[in-house]
Amino acid sequence: MDRSKKYMNPYLAGFLIGLFMIAAYFFSGEGLGASGALKTTVVAATDVVAHDYAKEAEFFKRYVSSPDSVPIKTWLIFEVLGVIAGAILSAAIFGRLGSEIVKPPHITNKTRLIAAASGGLLFGIGSQLGRGCTSGMVMSGMSVLSLSGFIGLIAIFGGGYLIAYFFRKLWI
Amino acid sequence: MGPLFPTNIIGEELNLLLAFFIGIGFGFLLEAAGFTNTRKLAGVFYGYDFVVLKVFFSAAITAAIGIYLLSYYGYMDIKEIFYPQTYWIPTLVGGFIMAFGFIIGGFCPGTSICAAATGKLDAIVFVGGAIIGIFFYAFTYESLWMNLRQSGAMGEVNIAEWIGISQGLFIFLLTVVAAIAFYVVTIIQQRVTSKRDFKL
Repeated sequence: MDRSKKYMNPYLAGFLIGLFMIAAYFFSGEGLGASGALKTTVVAATDVVAHDYAKEAEFFKRYVSSPDSVPIKTWLIFEVLGVIAGAILSAAIFGRLGSEIVKPPHITNKTRLIAAASGGLLFGIGSQLGRGCTSGMVMSGMSVLSLSGFIGLIAIFGGGYLIAYFFRKLWI
Repeated sequence: MGPLFPTNIIGEELNLLLAFFIGIGFGFLLEAAGFTNTRKLAGVFYGYDFVVLKVFFSAAITAAIGIYLLSYYGYMDIKEIFYPQTYWIPTLVGGFIMAFGFIIGGFCPGTSICAAATGKLDAIVFVGGAIIGIFFYAFTYESLWMNLRQSGAMGEVNIAEWIGISQGLFIFLLTVVAAIAFYVVTIIQQRVTSKRDFKL
Protein backbone atom coordinates (compact mmCIF):
# COMPACT_ATOMS: atom_id res chain seq x y z
CA MET A 1 0.00 0.00 0.00
CA ASP A 2 1.46 3.34 -0.94
CA ARG A 3 2.00 6.02 1.65
CA SER A 4 -0.79 8.28 0.38
CA LYS A 5 -3.40 5.66 1.37
CA LYS A 6 -2.33 5.46 4.99
CA TYR A 7 -4.86 7.13 7.21
CA MET A 8 -4.89 7.64 10.94
CA ASN A 9 -7.05 5.34 13.04
CA PRO A 10 -10.49 7.04 12.96
CA TYR A 11 -11.17 6.60 16.68
CA LEU A 12 -7.79 8.09 17.59
CA ALA A 13 -8.34 10.99 15.17
CA GLY A 14 -11.81 11.57 16.63
CA PHE A 15 -10.52 11.44 20.21
CA LEU A 16 -7.79 13.99 19.40
CA ILE A 17 -10.26 16.29 17.57
CA GLY A 18 -12.40 16.05 20.71
CA LEU A 19 -9.43 17.24 22.80
CA PHE A 20 -8.91 20.22 20.47
CA MET A 21 -12.64 20.96 20.77
CA ILE A 22 -12.32 20.98 24.57
CA ALA A 23 -9.28 23.26 24.25
CA ALA A 24 -11.23 25.64 21.99
CA TYR A 25 -14.03 25.90 24.55
CA PHE A 26 -11.72 26.03 27.58
CA PHE A 27 -9.33 28.69 26.28
CA SER A 28 -11.57 30.77 24.03
CA GLY A 29 -15.15 29.77 24.78
CA GLU A 30 -15.57 28.91 21.08
CA GLY A 31 -16.46 25.76 19.17
CA LEU A 32 -14.63 24.58 16.06
CA GLY A 33 -16.23 25.98 12.93
CA ALA A 34 -15.83 26.42 9.21
CA SER A 35 -18.84 28.00 7.50
CA GLY A 36 -18.69 30.96 9.91
CA ALA A 37 -15.31 31.92 8.46
CA LEU A 38 -16.75 31.81 4.93
CA LYS A 39 -19.65 34.00 6.06
CA THR A 40 -17.23 36.48 7.65
CA THR A 41 -15.37 36.61 4.34
CA VAL A 42 -18.59 37.35 2.46
CA VAL A 43 -19.60 40.03 4.98
CA ALA A 44 -16.17 41.70 4.88
CA ALA A 45 -16.00 41.65 1.08
CA THR A 46 -19.48 43.13 0.73
CA ASP A 47 -18.71 45.79 3.34
CA VAL A 48 -15.59 46.87 1.45
CA VAL A 49 -17.28 47.00 -1.95
CA ALA A 50 -20.70 48.30 -0.92
CA HIS A 51 -20.67 49.69 2.61
CA ASP A 52 -23.78 51.82 2.06
CA TYR A 53 -25.74 48.76 0.99
CA ALA A 54 -24.30 46.58 3.77
CA LYS A 55 -25.19 48.96 6.59
CA GLU A 56 -28.84 49.01 5.50
CA ALA A 57 -29.39 45.42 4.34
CA GLU A 58 -31.03 43.13 6.85
CA PHE A 59 -28.44 40.33 6.56
CA PHE A 60 -25.34 42.54 6.79
CA LYS A 61 -26.32 45.40 9.04
CA ARG A 62 -25.93 43.56 12.33
CA TYR A 63 -22.29 42.87 11.43
CA VAL A 64 -21.24 46.17 9.88
CA SER A 65 -23.27 49.11 11.18
CA SER A 66 -22.25 50.55 14.50
CA PRO A 67 -23.17 51.09 17.27
CA ASP A 68 -25.23 47.92 17.63
CA SER A 69 -23.06 45.70 15.46
CA VAL A 70 -22.15 42.18 16.50
CA PRO A 71 -18.38 41.83 16.46
CA ILE A 72 -17.35 39.66 13.54
CA LYS A 73 -15.89 36.34 14.50
CA THR A 74 -12.19 37.06 14.11
CA TRP A 75 -11.47 33.93 16.16
CA LEU A 76 -12.98 31.71 13.47
CA ILE A 77 -10.87 33.32 10.76
CA PHE A 78 -7.67 32.54 12.66
CA GLU A 79 -8.93 29.05 13.43
CA VAL A 80 -9.65 28.36 9.75
CA LEU A 81 -6.23 29.74 8.74
CA GLY A 82 -4.85 27.14 11.15
CA VAL A 83 -7.06 24.44 9.61
CA ILE A 84 -5.57 25.25 6.19
CA ALA A 85 -2.01 25.10 7.56
CA GLY A 86 -2.71 21.87 9.46
CA ALA A 87 -4.26 20.13 6.45
CA ILE A 88 -1.28 21.09 4.25
CA LEU A 89 1.13 19.85 6.94
CA SER A 90 -0.58 16.46 7.23
CA ALA A 91 -0.90 16.04 3.46
CA ALA A 92 2.78 16.88 3.05
CA ILE A 93 3.82 14.34 5.68
CA PHE A 94 1.67 11.54 4.24
CA GLY A 95 2.41 12.34 0.59
CA ARG A 96 -1.07 13.52 -0.34
CA LEU A 97 -0.30 17.04 -1.56
CA GLY A 98 -1.02 17.65 -5.20
CA SER A 99 -3.51 18.86 -7.73
CA GLU A 100 -6.16 16.27 -8.58
CA ILE A 101 -9.89 15.71 -8.93
CA VAL A 102 -11.08 12.98 -6.59
CA LYS A 103 -14.02 10.99 -8.00
CA PRO A 104 -15.20 7.45 -8.62
CA PRO A 105 -13.75 6.03 -11.87
CA HIS A 106 -17.07 5.99 -13.78
CA ILE A 107 -17.71 9.73 -13.36
CA THR A 108 -16.22 12.33 -15.70
CA ASN A 109 -14.23 15.28 -14.36
CA LYS A 110 -16.90 17.63 -15.66
CA THR A 111 -19.70 15.82 -13.80
CA ARG A 112 -17.66 15.79 -10.59
CA LEU A 113 -16.88 19.50 -10.77
CA ILE A 114 -20.48 20.49 -11.55
CA ALA A 115 -21.69 18.30 -8.66
CA ALA A 116 -19.07 19.78 -6.31
CA ALA A 117 -20.04 23.35 -7.22
CA SER A 118 -23.76 22.61 -6.84
CA GLY A 119 -23.21 20.85 -3.52
CA GLY A 120 -21.13 23.76 -2.25
CA LEU A 121 -23.85 26.19 -3.26
CA LEU A 122 -26.49 24.22 -1.34
CA PHE A 123 -24.23 23.81 1.69
CA GLY A 124 -23.56 27.55 1.69
CA ILE A 125 -27.29 28.32 1.77
CA GLY A 126 -28.14 25.56 4.25
CA SER A 127 -25.39 26.52 6.68
CA GLN A 128 -26.69 30.09 6.89
CA LEU A 129 -30.29 29.05 7.38
CA GLY A 130 -29.29 26.38 9.90
CA ARG A 131 -26.91 28.68 11.86
CA GLY A 132 -23.77 26.71 11.11
CA CYS A 133 -22.43 23.61 9.43
CA THR A 134 -21.34 20.12 10.40
CA SER A 135 -18.48 21.51 12.52
CA GLY A 136 -19.72 24.75 13.99
CA MET A 137 -23.33 23.76 14.58
CA VAL A 138 -23.51 19.96 14.81
CA MET A 139 -20.18 18.84 16.30
CA SER A 140 -19.71 21.90 18.52
CA GLY A 141 -23.40 21.85 19.46
CA MET A 142 -23.27 18.16 20.40
CA SER A 143 -20.19 18.82 22.54
CA VAL A 144 -22.17 21.16 24.79
CA LEU A 145 -25.32 19.00 24.50
CA SER A 146 -27.24 21.72 22.65
CA LEU A 147 -30.52 20.42 21.23
CA SER A 148 -29.72 22.37 18.08
CA GLY A 149 -26.65 20.19 17.39
CA PHE A 150 -28.69 17.00 17.59
CA ILE A 151 -31.45 18.38 15.34
CA GLY A 152 -28.72 19.32 12.85
CA LEU A 153 -27.19 15.86 13.13
CA ILE A 154 -30.49 14.18 12.34
CA ALA A 155 -31.29 16.61 9.50
CA ILE A 156 -27.88 16.37 7.78
CA PHE A 157 -27.08 12.69 8.23
CA GLY A 158 -30.64 11.38 8.41
CA GLY A 159 -31.51 13.53 5.42
CA GLY A 160 -28.43 12.21 3.66
CA TYR A 161 -29.53 8.61 4.11
CA LEU A 162 -33.05 9.46 2.89
CA ILE A 163 -31.80 10.89 -0.40
CA ALA A 164 -28.59 8.85 -0.92
CA TYR A 165 -30.36 6.35 -3.17
CA PHE A 166 -31.29 9.03 -5.70
CA PHE A 167 -27.72 10.25 -6.07
CA ARG A 168 -25.98 6.86 -5.96
CA LYS A 169 -24.74 7.16 -9.55
CA LEU A 170 -22.45 9.99 -8.43
CA TRP A 171 -20.61 7.65 -6.05
CA ILE A 172 -21.10 3.91 -6.66
CA MET B 1 -11.56 29.75 35.93
CA GLY B 2 -12.36 28.76 32.34
CA PRO B 3 -13.13 29.71 29.67
CA LEU B 4 -9.97 31.79 29.83
CA PHE B 5 -10.59 34.46 27.17
CA PRO B 6 -14.24 35.30 27.96
CA THR B 7 -13.34 35.67 31.64
CA ASN B 8 -10.37 37.95 30.78
CA ILE B 9 -7.67 35.60 32.07
CA ILE B 10 -5.93 35.66 28.68
CA GLY B 11 -5.79 38.58 26.23
CA GLU B 12 -6.92 39.05 22.64
CA GLU B 13 -3.52 38.34 21.02
CA LEU B 14 -3.00 35.04 22.84
CA ASN B 15 -6.61 34.08 22.13
CA LEU B 16 -6.15 34.53 18.36
CA LEU B 17 -2.80 32.73 18.46
CA LEU B 18 -4.51 29.83 20.22
CA ALA B 19 -7.25 29.90 17.55
CA PHE B 20 -4.56 29.41 14.93
CA PHE B 21 -2.88 26.51 16.77
CA ILE B 22 -6.17 24.80 17.62
CA GLY B 23 -7.07 25.15 13.93
CA ILE B 24 -3.78 23.49 12.95
CA GLY B 25 -4.64 20.52 15.14
CA PHE B 26 -8.18 20.30 13.70
CA GLY B 27 -7.02 20.58 10.09
CA PHE B 28 -4.13 18.14 10.57
CA LEU B 29 -6.41 15.51 12.09
CA LEU B 30 -9.15 15.93 9.47
CA GLU B 31 -6.56 15.40 6.72
CA ALA B 32 -4.84 12.54 8.54
CA ALA B 33 -8.17 10.74 9.02
CA GLY B 34 -8.87 10.92 5.27
CA PHE B 35 -11.44 13.73 5.24
CA THR B 36 -9.86 15.38 2.20
CA ASN B 37 -10.92 12.40 0.09
CA THR B 38 -14.46 13.01 -1.05
CA ARG B 39 -15.04 9.33 -1.75
CA LYS B 40 -14.23 8.39 1.83
CA LEU B 41 -16.70 11.02 3.03
CA ALA B 42 -19.52 9.88 0.73
CA GLY B 43 -18.85 6.28 1.80
CA VAL B 44 -20.82 6.82 4.99
CA PHE B 45 -24.01 7.03 2.92
CA TYR B 46 -23.27 3.99 0.75
CA GLY B 47 -21.74 1.61 3.29
CA TYR B 48 -18.23 1.26 1.87
CA ASP B 49 -16.42 3.59 4.29
CA PHE B 50 -17.66 4.76 7.68
CA VAL B 51 -14.70 6.94 8.64
CA VAL B 52 -16.99 10.00 8.92
CA LEU B 53 -19.26 8.37 11.47
CA LYS B 54 -16.34 6.98 13.52
CA VAL B 55 -14.36 10.22 13.67
CA PHE B 56 -17.43 12.39 14.16
CA PHE B 57 -18.90 10.48 17.08
CA SER B 58 -15.53 9.86 18.75
CA ALA B 59 -14.84 13.60 18.63
CA ALA B 60 -18.28 14.72 19.81
CA ILE B 61 -18.37 12.24 22.70
CA THR B 62 -14.80 13.01 23.82
CA ALA B 63 -15.61 16.72 23.81
CA ALA B 64 -18.98 16.23 25.52
CA ILE B 65 -17.40 14.17 28.34
CA GLY B 66 -14.51 16.62 28.76
CA ILE B 67 -16.70 19.72 28.79
CA TYR B 68 -19.20 18.07 31.14
CA LEU B 69 -16.42 17.16 33.61
CA LEU B 70 -14.76 20.60 33.39
CA SER B 71 -18.11 22.20 34.08
CA TYR B 72 -19.12 19.69 36.78
CA TYR B 73 -15.92 20.21 38.77
CA GLY B 74 -16.14 23.96 38.39
CA TYR B 75 -13.17 24.48 36.05
CA MET B 76 -15.27 26.04 33.32
CA ASP B 77 -18.39 28.21 33.40
CA ILE B 78 -20.64 26.87 30.68
CA LYS B 79 -22.61 30.15 30.64
CA GLU B 80 -19.54 31.97 29.29
CA ILE B 81 -19.02 29.76 26.23
CA PHE B 82 -20.56 29.70 22.76
CA TYR B 83 -23.80 27.81 23.17
CA PRO B 84 -25.87 27.38 19.99
CA GLN B 85 -29.43 28.63 20.42
CA THR B 86 -32.08 26.24 19.20
CA TYR B 87 -34.34 27.32 16.35
CA TRP B 88 -35.66 23.93 15.42
CA ILE B 89 -37.45 24.76 12.16
CA PRO B 90 -34.60 26.50 10.27
CA THR B 91 -32.08 24.00 11.64
CA LEU B 92 -34.17 21.13 10.34
CA VAL B 93 -34.79 22.78 6.94
CA GLY B 94 -31.19 24.09 6.68
CA GLY B 95 -29.87 20.70 7.72
CA PHE B 96 -31.89 19.02 4.99
CA ILE B 97 -30.51 21.48 2.41
CA MET B 98 -27.03 20.66 3.75
CA ALA B 99 -27.80 16.94 3.32
CA PHE B 100 -28.35 17.59 -0.40
CA GLY B 101 -25.13 19.61 -0.44
CA PHE B 102 -23.23 16.76 1.20
CA ILE B 103 -24.56 13.98 -1.08
CA ILE B 104 -24.21 15.99 -4.30
CA GLY B 105 -20.97 17.82 -3.49
CA GLY B 106 -19.23 15.20 -1.38
CA PHE B 107 -17.93 17.64 1.23
CA CYS B 108 -18.99 19.85 4.09
CA PRO B 109 -17.40 23.30 4.53
CA GLY B 110 -14.64 22.19 6.96
CA THR B 111 -13.56 19.18 4.92
CA SER B 112 -13.74 21.15 1.65
CA ILE B 113 -11.41 23.81 3.06
CA CYS B 114 -8.90 21.10 4.08
CA ALA B 115 -9.14 19.34 0.73
CA ALA B 116 -8.89 22.60 -1.22
CA ALA B 117 -5.74 23.51 0.74
CA THR B 118 -4.13 20.21 -0.26
CA GLY B 119 -4.83 20.78 -3.94
CA LYS B 120 -8.08 18.89 -4.63
CA LEU B 121 -9.70 20.77 -7.51
CA ASP B 122 -13.19 19.45 -6.77
CA ALA B 123 -12.85 20.88 -3.25
CA ILE B 124 -11.74 24.28 -4.54
CA VAL B 125 -14.87 24.33 -6.69
CA PHE B 126 -16.99 23.28 -3.67
CA VAL B 127 -15.60 26.17 -1.57
CA GLY B 128 -16.32 28.56 -4.45
CA GLY B 129 -19.87 27.20 -4.64
CA ALA B 130 -20.32 27.64 -0.88
CA ILE B 131 -19.19 31.28 -1.03
CA ILE B 132 -21.59 31.94 -3.91
CA GLY B 133 -24.32 30.20 -1.90
CA ILE B 134 -23.69 32.47 1.09
CA PHE B 135 -23.76 35.55 -1.18
CA PHE B 136 -27.04 34.34 -2.65
CA TYR B 137 -28.47 33.77 0.83
CA ALA B 138 -27.25 37.17 2.03
CA PHE B 139 -28.74 39.10 -0.89
CA THR B 140 -32.07 37.25 -0.72
CA TYR B 141 -32.21 37.16 3.10
CA GLU B 142 -35.04 39.62 3.60
CA SER B 143 -37.29 38.26 0.89
CA LEU B 144 -36.71 34.51 1.20
CA TRP B 145 -35.17 33.50 4.50
CA MET B 146 -35.65 35.97 7.35
CA ASN B 147 -39.01 34.77 8.63
CA LEU B 148 -38.05 31.11 8.33
CA ARG B 149 -34.74 31.67 10.10
CA GLN B 150 -36.40 33.30 13.11
CA SER B 151 -39.11 30.65 13.43
CA GLY B 152 -39.13 27.81 15.94
CA ALA B 153 -37.12 29.75 18.54
CA MET B 154 -36.57 27.78 21.75
CA GLY B 155 -33.59 29.65 23.24
CA GLU B 156 -30.66 27.78 24.78
CA VAL B 157 -31.86 24.22 25.16
CA ASN B 158 -29.81 21.43 26.69
CA ILE B 159 -30.94 18.13 25.18
CA ALA B 160 -30.64 16.19 28.45
CA GLU B 161 -32.78 18.72 30.32
CA TRP B 162 -35.20 18.78 27.40
CA ILE B 163 -35.63 15.00 27.56
CA GLY B 164 -35.71 15.14 31.36
CA ILE B 165 -32.65 13.07 32.29
CA SER B 166 -29.30 14.03 33.82
CA GLN B 167 -26.50 15.17 31.55
CA GLY B 168 -24.24 12.37 32.77
CA LEU B 169 -26.85 9.75 31.88
CA PHE B 170 -27.41 11.31 28.47
CA ILE B 171 -23.67 11.24 27.67
CA PHE B 172 -23.50 7.63 28.88
CA LEU B 173 -26.41 6.63 26.63
CA LEU B 174 -24.90 8.51 23.69
CA THR B 175 -21.64 6.61 24.22
CA VAL B 176 -23.46 3.27 24.30
CA VAL B 177 -25.34 4.13 21.09
CA ALA B 178 -22.07 5.18 19.42
CA ALA B 179 -20.30 1.96 20.51
CA ILE B 180 -23.12 -0.15 19.06
CA ALA B 181 -23.05 1.95 15.87
CA PHE B 182 -19.26 1.50 15.55
CA TYR B 183 -19.70 -2.28 15.82
CA VAL B 184 -22.58 -2.45 13.34
CA VAL B 185 -21.01 -0.19 10.69
CA THR B 186 -17.77 -2.17 10.83
CA ILE B 187 -19.72 -5.31 9.89
CA ILE B 188 -21.65 -3.45 7.16
CA GLN B 189 -18.42 -2.05 5.73
CA GLN B 190 -16.82 -5.51 5.64
CA ARG B 191 -19.81 -6.96 3.80
CA VAL B 192 -20.05 -4.14 1.26
CA THR B 193 -16.33 -4.03 0.49
CA SER B 194 -16.03 -7.84 0.27
CA LYS B 195 -18.43 -7.84 -2.69
CA ARG B 196 -16.65 -5.05 -4.52
CA ASP B 197 -13.29 -3.30 -4.31
CA PHE B 198 -13.94 0.43 -4.26
CA LYS B 199 -10.21 1.16 -4.75
CA LEU B 200 -10.31 4.17 -2.47
